[in-house]
Amino acid sequence: MASYRLTTEYRHDQRLFRTPLAKAGMAGLGLVYLAAPLVLDNFWMTVLIQAGIASIGALGLNVLLGYTGQLSLGHAFFYGVGAYGAQVFAGRFGLPFPLWLVAAASVGGFIGGVVGPLALRLRHQYLAIVSLALLFVGNHVFENWSSVTGGLTGIAVRAPVAFGGLDVSALRLFGVAFSRNQGWLWFVWAVAAILALAVRNIVRSRPGRALQAIRDRDLAAEVIGVSQIQYKVGAFVVSSGYGAAAGALYAAYTRYVSPLDFTLFLSIQFLTMIVVGGVGSVAGSILGALFLTALPRVVEAVSAGLPFVAQRTGDWGITVSTLNTALFGLLIVVFLLAEPLGLIELWRRAKRYFASWPFSY
Amino acid sequence: MTDLLQFLVAGLALGAVYALVCLGFVVIFRATGVINFAQGGFVALGAYLTHQFAVRMGLPFWAGVILAMVGVAGLGFLLERFVLRRMVGHPVFATVLITLGISILIEQFCAAVWGHDLLQMGDPWGVGTVVLAGVTIKVMDLWTVGSAAALLGLFFLVFRRSTLGVAMRAAAVDPEASLAHGINPAVIHALSWAIAGAVAVVAGVFLAAGPRGVDSTLSLISLRAFPAMILGGVDSTEGAVAGGLVIGLVEVLAAAYLTPNVPGLGANIHAVVPYLVMVLVLVLRPHGFFGTAEVRRI
Repeated sequence: MASYRLTTEYRHDQRLFRTPLAKAGMAGLGLVYLAAPLVLDNFWMTVLIQAGIASIGALGLNVLLGYTGQLSLGHAFFYGVGAYGAQVFAGRFGLPFPLWLVAAASVGGFIGGVVGPLALRLRHQYLAIVSLALLFVGNHVFENWSSVTGGLTGIAVRAPVAFGGLDVSALRLFGVAFSRNQGWLWFVWAVAAILALAVRNIVRSRPGRALQAIRDRDLAAEVIGVSQIQYKVGAFVVSSGYGAAAGALYAAYTRYVSPLDFTLFLSIQFLTMIVVGGVGSVAGSILGALFLTALPRVVEAVSAGLPFVAQRTGDWGITVSTLNTALFGLLIVVFLLAEPLGLIELWRRAKRYFASWPFSY
Repeated sequence: MTDLLQFLVAGLALGAVYALVCLGFVVIFRATGVINFAQGGFVALGAYLTHQFAVRMGLPFWAGVILAMVGVAGLGFLLERFVLRRMVGHPVFATVLITLGISILIEQFCAAVWGHDLLQMGDPWGVGTVVLAGVTIKVMDLWTVGSAAALLGLFFLVFRRSTLGVAMRAAAVDPEASLAHGINPAVIHALSWAIAGAVAVVAGVFLAAGPRGVDSTLSLISLRAFPAMILGGVDSTEGAVAGGLVIGLVEVLAAAYLTPNVPGLGANIHAVVPYLVMVLVLVLRPHGFFGTAEVRRI
């Protein structure tokens, strides 16, 4: 049996599971996935569903930021496109489940493909500025195209998720009825797992190597024949499509969206997720999404005991929302300074320690 | 006709503010290659600090502005020294992200200290107007244009004529060569951040002066200086001024003529027009009108 630790061939390096332990770990996660809806209460199920949706968005953004090195602030816009897309394709045109999700994601990807070449023809971090413009222009459209988006008041979304006779919102399996949250928890994380696998496959194959080459040394990448613009735009399209898919699921889950859901702060939340979770890591995106979806809820729960937080309006102290927003900013700064590779690097470091034990240093 | 002239003056005043914000972007970008998203936070913090000194502590308005300038310039200096300098060698996107994080922290600091209500600036001009050749002009607009011109003039005098300015330009072009000539790029970087902070305060003061008031949206409004930066070319200080003026004019004229005549575009289309102009510039002339076209040597 070939050693699974010593990489002697490139295809060893590309394997999905490097060690049998990794396979076992994934199987364990699968069991957690199956059991979670049965043991968790409604509050934590909602948090986990939102985290699942967020991890899809974070995965897409990580393809762009983590693997291609391009910073985009427009992710909230694509999330919004997906959300309104869900309402248009499912609510208005009555497309069945997988189709409206694919259609909404495609619209996001298409817009990314149109805007991308504009923003990405220049080096430096132009995309950061251009995507900011996209966000503001997009939000203006969301607010004013009332016939589609409902304007500032928002719009009720009807995007049913049902396939093969199974309605996720009212799941019945083997004669047992499950709640909406239980069904959605299974559903969202199944979608997230499929999309995570897709990203993993992109980044460990030829296009992924091209993206990482551009990120690490764009000039050298171009010299060895990697078309910079082609791959950068490709990454932007994938990231936009993922953002739109996440938005579509968000709209289908919350059943109501308004332009206030898709502000600059949402983009910053996604960026915080991948910085905290792990830039350039699939598992890191998911970890970050979990951590930062749960954090505001936890802060809300413990803020009652914090002396510097105002409990009622008019009290002395800062509000919970100010505290939560500031935490996002603080986490970005602290992680980039102290642990630029994110939480996932802590895990990797622990793994390395035990892998080389007892000679670890 | 008088209407148009009035709008032009208002547009120039807004443009002067954008020019100041944009100058802050460009100074930092030239020196360090970083797009500073915290500039909007500097603008808001400057306005809040001026409110604090001039209204709450009762100092004279000019003293409040100068104290705020010193404060925010100091903050910029410290941020460069203790946060951004540690990011040297990291990918550029990480540094840009850090400025975004700092921006959020500054905004939330303002919200925590001064709350979310609209505050008064305590500026001496208020809503007064003068009539010049039949055109009614806000006194505040004249002050805005005048102060911005004076400040920009001072900046260009230093930047073009003084040894310090030459050092700044040299460090931007080639940090290693300038190091060999006895210029310390680290000092230049910190100084650039301090300058950006100081001009942001003036921009914030004039953005919030008069009937407008100080609130947290100042930071978002000053992000409209980004289109000015692209329009002028990201690495050109003259371009920053020209771009700022153009964007200010475009915004005011759009508010005056586009919004009432084309209601289908939405009520606040003028807030979006600068970004549309920017997209147009990126299509036609990606390096802006004063910027250097990118040349790469392989």
